[in-house]
Amino acid sequence: MDSLRKKLDKIKPHFEEGGKLSKLRSVFEGFEAFMFVSNKVTVKGSHIRDNIDLKRTMTVVIIALLPALLFGSYNTGLQHFRSVGTDPSILQAFWFGFLRILPLIIVSYVVGLGIEFIAAQIRGHEINEGFLVTGLLIPLIMPVDVPLWMLALGTAFAVILGKEVFGGTGMNVFNPALLARAFVFFSYPGWMTGDNVWTEGLMKGQNIIDGFSGATPLSMGASGDFAGLPSFMNMFIGTIPGSVGETSTIAILIGAFILIVTGMGSWKIIVSVFGGGLLMGLLLNAIAANPYMEIPFYYHFAMGGFAFGAVFMATDPVTASQTEKGKWIYGLLIGILSVLFRVLNPAYPEGVMLAILLMNMFSPLIDHFVIQSNIKRRLRRAVLAV
Amino acid sequence: MSGTISLKKGYNIPLKGKAEKKIAGECNPIRFGVKPVDFPGLIPKMEVKPGEKIKAGTPLFHDKNRPAIKFTSPVSGTVISVERGERRRILEVVIEKSGNAYVNFGKNDPASLSRGKIIEKLLLSGLWPAVRQRPYHVIANPEDNPKSIFIGGFDTSPLAPDYDFIMDNLPAEIFQTGISAISKLTGGKVNLVLEKKASKTPGKYNFNGVEVSYFSGPHPAGNVGIHIHHLDPVNKGEAVWFVNFQDVIAIGNLFAEGIYKPERVIALTGSEVSNPQYYKGLSGCSIAPIIRDNIMSWNLRYISGNVLTGTKINADGYLGYYDSQVTVIPEGDKYEFFGWVLPGADKLSFSRTFLSSFIPKKSFSPDTNFHGGKRAFVLTGQYEKVLPMDIYPMHLLKAIISGDIDLMENLGIYEVAEEDFALCEFICPSKIEIQSIIRNGLDLMIKEMS
Repeated sequence: MDSLRKKLDKIKPHFEEGGKLSKLRSVFEGFEAFMFVSNKVTVKGSHIRDNIDLKRTMTVVIIALLPALLFGSYNTGLQHFRSVGTDPSILQAFWFGFLRILPLIIVSYVVGLGIEFIAAQIRGHEINEGFLVTGLLIPLIMPVDVPLWMLALGTAFAVILGKEVFGGTGMNVFNPALLARAFVFFSYPGWMTGDNVWTEGLMKGQNIIDGFSGATPLSMGASGDFAGLPSFMNMFIGTIPGSVGETSTIAILIGAFILIVTGMGSWKIIVSVFGGGLLMGLLLNAIAANPYMEIPFYYHFAMGGFAFGAVFMATDPVTASQTEKGKWIYGLLIGILSVLFRVLNPAYPEGVMLAILLMNMFSPLIDHFVIQSNIKRRLRRAVLAV
Repeated sequence: MSGTISLKKGYNIPLKGKAEKKIAGECNPIRFGVKPVDFPGLIPKMEVKPGEKIKAGTPLFHDKNRPAIKFTSPVSGTVISVERGERRRILEVVIEKSGNAYVNFGKNDPASLSRGKIIEKLLLSGLWPAVRQRPYHVIANPEDNPKSIFIGGFDTSPLAPDYDFIMDNLPAEIFQTGISAISKLTGGKVNLVLEKKASKTPGKYNFNGVEVSYFSGPHPAGNVGIHIHHLDPVNKGEAVWFVNFQDVIAIGNLFAEGIYKPERVIALTGSEVSNPQYYKGLSGCSIAPIIRDNIMSWNLRYISGNVLTGTKINADGYLGYYDSQVTVIPEGDKYEFFGWVLPGADKLSFSRTFLSSFIPKKSFSPDTNFHGGKRAFVLTGQYEKVLPMDIYPMHLLKAIISGDIDLMENLGIYEVAEEDFALCEFICPSKIEIQSIIRNGLDLMIKEMS
């Protein structure tokens, strides 16, 4: 390590102000900070600092995403082989799926990080770590067959217009990964909806065997095909068509466990999103005006992106409510709206994405009311004291 | 109101190097220093020149804006230098000790003196700066009439001295004299806040003129700001004063003996100290004699105070006016290969993102490394975990950064000080300089309100 450190120290001056490679400063610093925790020491304020930094934070979230990614790889393969009528081994299915997902991940990171590097260079900032998570989230919420250029466009839109124009990581209003999905969803609906997009090969006109349907439980729900709905157990385990990372509720719950144990995801938000979904599900069950309203409320947790959204999207600290009380309200409304959109709005079979984006917009308002109550409490105290 | 307030929020940083409960000796250096930079917002005006002979209690400088507030020498001897920093800002006035001469301020029973006389005596002797106020956490304004006064009877900060032990080594009657003087300063209560412990010997703290309250919980449960917030919160236009535990003794000395004698029992702490123990000394003493032959390595950070709020000093630097603790920890100016990916079984963190959180380990010896780069606010709900106040820390910080006076006022700027937010700064994953931001906010308010 010492020799590597010496080499870095030797080339470092070239990248500093006035050096011949100063245009690549942000890139050099990014890689240097990636390999070595800096030798910077405290100057004022607290003399010791916690070991945690944003890199560590993001690493934990990525680890929490791994179960969903691994299962997503397996399921992508599984759905493909089912569609052509073969019965793969677990490894075969996993490997097939992994090779299909890898390009998505690479494109998402290359485009997103590329933009981040440029933005950091222009601003003279250090490179922010926020995209490390976003870059993995984006492929996980896309159908596997989404064309790479669409993914690149969606990512660029999300990073530039969703994040950098606001000032970068920590300043954005909307969750960048969801923005990328929303962008592709509304721009190229043919690649994001329907029964064919979720299984590898179908969009390329690959022959499928009779009886295979690539429809997701959500689209079955929206079209009223409840006979074909997979069992709750299948949906819970995740061997169903859907976006890459969203299908397996169990893999997502493992991720939720990691986030909650490490404290990097707000358990209040996760619990309240599920709570909101539960309330709305029960209410719809009670009304039961159509067959979709009648499906058991807990089906909603395993269908579509509900669990994935609750655990990995709603908990994004930057776009969620920032007050602890606000987090309960924010999560509850996401849960309620997700199920409401799904069941009562036939135009969008999946309600989670829009529910979270909508609540992203309202989270500052929620915080405002929570904080106003604190201010009123303080003023009341002053009046009492007089 | 002598109930117990139990606080849950906070964090006791598990550090190595707690002082053994033993007075190892006297800290008896040749040099002493009085540092204007110990007093936020102070613009000092010198009253002595290098070479001048002085007594203990001779004014060295005063507050330019409030000339009545004097800062005096803790010992008799000669002024040898006035050290200046950037823009000729006075950093420290250095005194070489010789002899044992005291300025005589006259012995009095504080009970027989008027409030005005007591204030006058404190101002003259250089003990007035020991009386501080919230809002702003600065030297109290002698013209104010505080609604109450607080004396913090315990300290929860990292490796902090044990006041219970210190109390055993202090004359209780002098403490009582100090309290009698302090209680004249307010029409309201004098609150002595103690830590709720099962083993507390209650008799020791049976003083007249104070109301005892108990707090329990992790740091910052011992911070006076937390006590005031829960017992008698400061609203706009109000003031609460507070005095450090050991300064009560100094005030007692002033009335009982008629001299300025800011005695301190000093805890020498930190992972790099061979024998962390207590020493007797005076405010402003050089730490050189207690450090000599008592440290285990080189490249160290010497801190007057604790690791969260203390001031960096040299190995022969001086104990700060308000400090009764010296901490020595390793400097952290080295690179660490992939430091952020390693499992981190030996890495100290409040978060549970390192292996160390899941294996039982008693204490750590962290260095001064920054552990990352500065970022925008990203994570939320973290600061709240270590701030036992009904205050929204991140929103208050953002209000300060944007200079929104009304919002700062609404969100509780009058109740906070940088020391209350020190843990927030320690745990911050975005490495934001929170204590500096708070101080900037307080300075802005002082400017705006005057």
